[in-house]
Amino acid sequence: MYDTGKVLIGILIFILLFTSPILINLAGGKSSVKANPQLPQSGKCIESREYMKDYHMEMLNTWRDKVVRQDVRFLKKADGTYFLLNGVKAEMSLTKTCMKCHENKAKFCDECHNYLDVKPYCWDCHIDPSLVKKEIMK
Amino acid sequence: MSINRRKFLAIAGGTLALGVAGKQTLKVFAEAEARKSEGFACKRWAMVVDLKKCHETEGCTKCIEACHSTHNVPHFNNKKDEIKWIWKEKFEHAFIEQENEYIPSDIKNKPALLLCNHCENPPCVNVCPTQATWKRKDGIVMMDWHRCIGCRYCMAACPYSSRSFNWREPRPHIKQLNPDFPTRTRGVVEKCTFCDERLAKGLKPACVEACPNKAMVFGDLEDPNSEIRTMLGTNFSMRRKPELGTQPEIYYII
Repeated sequence: MYDTGKVLIGILIFILLFTSPILINLAGGKSSVKANPQLPQSGKCIESREYMKDYHMEMLNTWRDKVVRQDVRFLKKADGTYFLLNGVKAEMSLTKTCMKCHENKAKFCDECHNYLDVKPYCWDCHIDPSLVKKEIMK
Repeated sequence: MSINRRKFLAIAGGTLALGVAGKQTLKVFAEAEARKSEGFACKRWAMVVDLKKCHETEGCTKCIEACHSTHNVPHFNNKKDEIKWIWKEKFEHAFIEQENEYIPSDIKNKPALLLCNHCENPPCVNVCPTQATWKRKDGIVMMDWHRCIGCRYCMAACPYSSRSFNWREPRPHIKQLNPDFPTRTRGVVEKCTFCDERLAKGLKPACVEACPNKAMVFGDLEDPNSEIRTMLGTNFSMRRKPELGTQPEIYYII
């Protein structure tokens, strides 16, 4: 190969440039964008944080099938009693139960979904409560 | 203890059969448990519309407004894009098989209130390729908008035009969003579901509640003492297109 030394240096420079964003982050010790979902100040979630992180989507799918297809609407604890939300039976509902505490979709749901570039289509139909508030303010 | 081949097969087969039967029974029980409604309990929901009472208030659209605002039904000025769950139609169009020109003019010229008939034998359910629409145990022809692929077979099958298709994105055309009920998206079919979400909480359908003249009566057909059965037993009633054999569950008192 002609000019082996120059070619190798060229390749090295290319690799360095190409991976520079990652290298800079590594050197700086932190990534530039970080998912930082805002948690509600008070109240206790129906499941543990770890469970919710891993399985909230599966849980919502189960809720959907139970409510729509089996007409089982209300959320039960493991011991068979109902979960209560503000004194009434909590429904298996994203907007009527989850978002009563996690009110801010943009600062809670979207934080991680944007970070991971997943686009759940829940809100194509289900209504983000803050949208309605804005509309009333108008 | 020695065991011969025949005995072994008999025992193995028997155990397997018992196991399968047991599991099936458990499954049936589990499903029965799951189906038990937590709100109104009922065997067969139906509705009576008393058109005489309905006509008492001329031009009243309270039921339509109540339904459409509860369920985020969009309003389009263009008839082609119209979405309707409950609507008014001229009597002669609603009861087309009557073919009677000489009925009293106040019936002929006044509108009939139409909605999904929640047929006993629903043609829409038979044609749905994704089971997005199905018949519940209590008679409601339900819809699962998550599953609807927008093929519109059900619309072709329904003889009552009870189903509407979202040709356009509906959300911008909803006057006031009700955050407790979802909207639909473009490409989905929708219709009346007898307010399944209200029944689950022990509330009557929104239209029934909104009617100022109590022209709509909602109840259990299988309960001989229910108000609806009393009304059907003491008045002559009609159903739309009975000759098709769909067995509609909306009864009209003329």
